[in-house]
Amino acid sequence: MEKVIMGNHAVSYGVQLARVQVIAAYPITPQTQVVEMLSEFCADGLLDAKFIKVESEHSVMAAVVGASIAGARAFTATSSHGLALMHEVLHWASGGRLPIVMANVNRALGPGWNVWTEQTDSLAQRDTGWIQFYCETNQEVLDMVIQAYKIAETVLLPVMLVLDAFVLSHTEEPVDIPDQATVDRFLPPYQPKFCLQPGNPCSFYGLVAPEHWMELRYKMQRAMEQAVEVTQQVGAAFGQVFGRPYDVVEKYRMEDAEIVLVTSGSIVGTSREVVDELRAQGQRVGLLKMRMFRPFPFAAVREALAGVKKVAVIDRNISYGHGGIFASELKAALYGMPNPPTVFPFIIGLGGRDVTPQSIHKIVQYTQQYDKPAEEIIWMEVKR
Amino acid sequence: MSYDVPEQELMTPGHVACPGCGAPMAVRYALKALGENTVVIIVASCWSIIAGPFPYTAVQVPLLHTLFATGGSVASGVKAGLEACGYKDTTVLTVAGDGGTFDIGIQALSAAVERNEDFIYMCYDNEAYMNTGIQRSSATPWGAWTTTTPVKHPKEQPKKDMVAIMAAHRIPYTATATVAYPEDLIRKVKKAKDIRGSKFLHVLSPCPSGWKSEPAQSVLLSRLAVQSCLFPLYEVEHGEKYTITVWPREKVPVERYLRLQGRFAHLKPEDIRYIQENVDREWERLVAKAKASGQEIPSSGG
Repeated sequence: MEKVIMGNHAVSYGVQLARVQVIAAYPITPQTQVVEMLSEFCADGLLDAKFIKVESEHSVMAAVVGASIAGARAFTATSSHGLALMHEVLHWASGGRLPIVMANVNRALGPGWNVWTEQTDSLAQRDTGWIQFYCETNQEVLDMVIQAYKIAETVLLPVMLVLDAFVLSHTEEPVDIPDQATVDRFLPPYQPKFCLQPGNPCSFYGLVAPEHWMELRYKMQRAMEQAVEVTQQVGAAFGQVFGRPYDVVEKYRMEDAEIVLVTSGSIVGTSREVVDELRAQGQRVGLLKMRMFRPFPFAAVREALAGVKKVAVIDRNISYGHGGIFASELKAALYGMPNPPTVFPFIIGLGGRDVTPQSIHKIVQYTQQYDKPAEEIIWMEVKR
Repeated sequence: MSYDVPEQELMTPGHVACPGCGAPMAVRYALKALGENTVVIIVASCWSIIAGPFPYTAVQVPLLHTLFATGGSVASGVKAGLEACGYKDTTVLTVAGDGGTFDIGIQALSAAVERNEDFIYMCYDNEAYMNTGIQRSSATPWGAWTTTTPVKHPKEQPKKDMVAIMAAHRIPYTATATVAYPEDLIRKVKKAKDIRGSKFLHVLSPCPSGWKSEPAQSVLLSRLAVQSCLFPLYEVEHGEKYTITVWPREKVPVERYLRLQGRFAHLKPEDIRYIQENVDREWERLVAKAKASGQEIPSSGG
């Protein structure tokens, strides 16, 4: 069934189809409609889930950790400061190997207050042990919720799926909503491997001495590595059932490309348009969409960019004192490759400043003009 | 006189509490009252150590260690998760210290009990951050020494009245207890178990290393706290019905309780008088509330 819905509601429908059992949430602009719709689903009996209306995002994540360790499929959604407030508990979700799924609507962190899109909130949580996916369209958002549970419950790590504030969260697009029976076949009920089970006196998350600690962390990293392949398998299986296959990255018109734009989130859609225009003019420009950011899909990125001369990374985020986060991670991934591409690290669109096709054209022009970047960070459309 | 203390032990020997610690005793009695169909949540505190390191456990029910500020929130999630998985009648018991309850965890606790989540929250109150080495908390009493309230500047503020705060949420059940009165503690936990909604138990928990007291005197100190009316044993139902559950046989001067603890060794006679006056006033207020709730007041108690 096709509906015209905003990105936030695409999340809610995905959660309903995934038959989530426990939801805890706290409202924050621009995520609020996700949980408003979910509370209506619960109240109307359209989703058989317990909705815990907690008083803060710290408690949100603690409550979903509690529900997940008790064996339930658990969900939450947040944004920006809410995600930052959860930080401590994010580690307990991943370290506890809990297959929680969370939608994060990218929003800038203050001060001053800014409710518009920027990826710094989610990227600042990159070392918490959460798998991260960045979505381009509302359809991808819905599809990703369903896939996220399958991935999380396979590798036993939590998944954060990320969508841009307003550009996706509040923008209505046609979305195909799959039927419940098909989703049920694709995503069977969660069967926890370990959980708090009355009658089975096990202790969870107690003191771990150095003699055991490293092994637990080693296993987490192994699970992260495994998540790349699992995501590819789940994405391919999803394509077979629903007609929309997914991979960890997406190569768009990259055949013979001399310049490849690398970006994520809704900027991908804008970049597609520009690539199409430039290709129509005969210019050899392609696009690499980064869907998965954690684990970083090293092999897929290296394979995609092998032989490319120049790569323009478009970051809507910043690690202060370093630069755009996708750019720095990409550079690290390319290190050691024979004849690696030259990376042009662009920062643009912070705090929701519009990124237009003209902006992308300027990025391509800069990349064509120079042999290598003239600065460590190429700031676009900033008043200096 | 016979005592109704169940024989079943769900707490094992080999836990790693200090000698004389009140906290393992409180949990041991609580588990006797609750039985096997219980899940215990341990908020960061001394009990994070007491329960034993991975891969050991000191209790024979499922146990979850959790972050300092999450006693109320994790319990809400665990209860919801257990219900979703078909365990509708399992009791969720959160165990937290005074730091996790009075201070860093009060927001999540207040929110959880305001939602009237179905769980028992037991605070074992040793009146300071003992696990990190005796720093003051808002549960530390006036005049006490801690490592952050040195003898030259002992604590200048009164102890936070956590029972009043919990009762103000109008939750079904709030009560105090000590390990010197196990039958009273067990009766309260059993009562709490049979009530749906939020239940709060405040257990005074002597800490020999932090109170600078003799390990062998922890039960005595618990008893003196009750007999002096410094820590009365009572319960509050729905925030309004106050019932005193143990009446002191004769009201012991608070000085007897204070003098057994090095943390009060610096107090001058006027300080002790000040504490006694406060204890007397609070006790009178409590008795008045019990009376207003319809409780008959014994002649020795008023």
